[in-house]
Amino acid sequence: MEFSLSEEQNILKNEVRRFLQNECPTELVKEMIEDEKGYSPILWKKMADLGWMGVFFEEKYGGTSGTFLDLSIILEEMGRALLPGPFFSTVALGGVTLMQSADEKLKQRFLPSVANGNNILTLALTEMEGSYSISEIESGAERKGSNYVLNGKKMFVPDAHIADYILFPARTDANGISLFVVDAKSKGIDITPLVSLNLQKQSEVLFTDVYTPGENLVEKTGQGGGLIEDLWPLAVAAKCSEMLGAMQRVFEMTLDYAQKRQQFGRPLSAFQIIQHYLADMAIGLECSKFMTYQAAWKVSQGLPSRKEVAMAKAWSSDALKKIATMAHQIHGGIGFTKDQDLYLYFQYAKASEVTFGDANFQKEVVAREMDDSVTNRSAL
Amino acid sequence: MDFDFTQEQKRFREEIRDFLKSEEEQGSFKPKPNACIEGFSHEFSRKIAEKGWIGLTWPKEYGGKGRSYMDRLILLEELLRAQAPIGFHFVAERQVGPALIHFGSDQLQKEFLPKIINAEISFCLLFSEPDAGSDLVSVRTTGVDEGDAYVVNGQKVWTTMGHLADFGWLLAKTNPDPKLASHKTLSEFILDMKTPGVTVQPLINVAGVHSFNEVFLDSVKVPKNRLVGVKDQGFIQTMAQVDYERAGIERLMQNYSVKECLIEYVKQTKRNGSCLWDDPVVRNMIATLEIEFNAGKLLCYNVAWLIDQGKMPNYEAALCKVFCTQYEKKLSDVATQIMGLYGQLLPGSKWAPYDGVAAESYLWSPSYTLQGGTVEILKNIIALRGLKLRTK
Repeated sequence: MEFSLSEEQNILKNEVRRFLQNECPTELVKEMIEDEKGYSPILWKKMADLGWMGVFFEEKYGGTSGTFLDLSIILEEMGRALLPGPFFSTVALGGVTLMQSADEKLKQRFLPSVANGNNILTLALTEMEGSYSISEIESGAERKGSNYVLNGKKMFVPDAHIADYILFPARTDANGISLFVVDAKSKGIDITPLVSLNLQKQSEVLFTDVYTPGENLVEKTGQGGGLIEDLWPLAVAAKCSEMLGAMQRVFEMTLDYAQKRQQFGRPLSAFQIIQHYLADMAIGLECSKFMTYQAAWKVSQGLPSRKEVAMAKAWSSDALKKIATMAHQIHGGIGFTKDQDLYLYFQYAKASEVTFGDANFQKEVVAREMDDSVTNRSAL
Repeated sequence: MDFDFTQEQKRFREEIRDFLKSEEEQGSFKPKPNACIEGFSHEFSRKIAEKGWIGLTWPKEYGGKGRSYMDRLILLEELLRAQAPIGFHFVAERQVGPALIHFGSDQLQKEFLPKIINAEISFCLLFSEPDAGSDLVSVRTTGVDEGDAYVVNGQKVWTTMGHLADFGWLLAKTNPDPKLASHKTLSEFILDMKTPGVTVQPLINVAGVHSFNEVFLDSVKVPKNRLVGVKDQGFIQTMAQVDYERAGIERLMQNYSVKECLIEYVKQTKRNGSCLWDDPVVRNMIATLEIEFNAGKLLCYNVAWLIDQGKMPNYEAALCKVFCTQYEKKLSDVATQIMGLYGQLLPGSKWAPYDGVAAESYLWSPSYTLQGGTVEILKNIIALRGLKLRTK
């Protein structure tokens, strides 16, 4: 058992934190909410130059051959800063899916341009049902000569409106789901941005007879389900790391406010009930820290991680929400204004709770891991 | 970062499991909740001693094995998982030994440490009093220097195993100067429970068990050399010890059998035509317990890890204990709830599931968030020591 990060990991963490403190103040976060694209291309390029997009890719694909734990650390700091933009979609969804596939040609084609910041990716998994279910996918792909024709309706696709390529899982026959890397500029793609409390921009994406060349099929037909299954623990663990950063920031903000704000001749932090609220927040945060790092570590080691990832997401979904809610309670009226930053984290907490499955969803995954017979334990 | 154990540690765990399995099969113990305190078996503790498993972390020069707190945690985790009766040596091993190593004279170390390691003697704790619970510094029991001995007068309460222990670890007021701050007026002693003037009277708790006691001290003579550490510095010494008392995985696993039995119960029991384990509500409740248990375990591992790094877990231990004791309380509540009417049945009743472990644990549950530091006190510690907040 070893609960500290290595020296290199600490250096990376501090580097990302300092960079984002300078380059991504909350003013930028607020600005990007109103901005149509929702991210700063200049900042995006700087991050690419620092090698962050490619941290999880092997060097032969333009990456730096880092570990999943390295990616988690970066995401934690991005969560702390509420970095606006398509990093998670591009790297943790698109990039990770392709990196884990066996399609050498496709990886050579796409990963280097992701690593150098030239391409933005996203994954269009969810359909009208609003779930992450693979078996419920209705979108279809039909072979036409050397192309595939794609039809379907996807929902809550993050950063679809700015993506260069959309990873599109669709049914190619009665049992098989296949995954396609689709040029977002293709004819027949209709993107409608959704308005939501999620700081991350999401869209409804309609595919009407969208042609994609056969080379853009990942691996072969029928492999899509497996690719999404392989992605799942990494995507969920990555989300937990992002949430952990946000959780820590909210806690620090609240601790700070409670010590500065005076009422009845004393700082709020002198009152026992506030001290106990803060203690409760500290407990929730500590548990999140360990559960999240456990999940990230197991994923990083290539060990079975389904249970640990589900436990981390279940815990963090509730903990971040509770902490953000308590933070509002402690901040009082002033926290309820857009002058303050707290509302950003409050919204982020709810959005991340329901992304990739809330606590109840994850608890069923945990229960399945506790079943005796090895039936289908997929979360999807 | 590493969330796995070394091969050596895994082998150690296997060794302990094999030993306990064999002992249970031979009938030398029956698993029981709270066995780490209530399971007072001199014979069983001797077996543990023979394995060299008492004082695992104590320095070799004191008779210990000089091993890590992580190893000790693995040992304790397995002993608790098996709900084995380690009550005879538990308190002595956990805090009396370490306190003697830190503060005791050479003579006291030589006299007591080997006997603890060999499970020859047992200890109880004489801290709390009717007027001094959370407010421990207000103890009124006095110890007056009368030449060759301290004469002790007073009354202690909640003394677990006071009726069985050979020695008591006593906190008493040795400086009557009203101008001194209370925490500078107390001393720690080792008290032979057979000393004339010591009267132990049972207290029956709401679980119907005689576990703790009142202890009356009437002009009890405690030899001078049984003072531990420095006179009037006792409270500071005590405060260092309570972090050890709080740091343990027993706060999470004292009632481990309730969790195991509950999971087995729901998988084997049908209600309204289907298996309880197929009920999504039941699955959700049990998955919640599983998640909380895992979180608690990581908090416990972190405390052991900190100690092994040479750091004092002065608020991490408090944080861990708040979380773990709240979990244990919830565990018996959820178990009895899911078991429904059967969850009421106590040990000895016909039809009691798993000998009534759930109901019994539930009756004990109010005490989990009280004993060894109430959650309110612990949250104060998290806030004041951990978050460095002030009360002014």
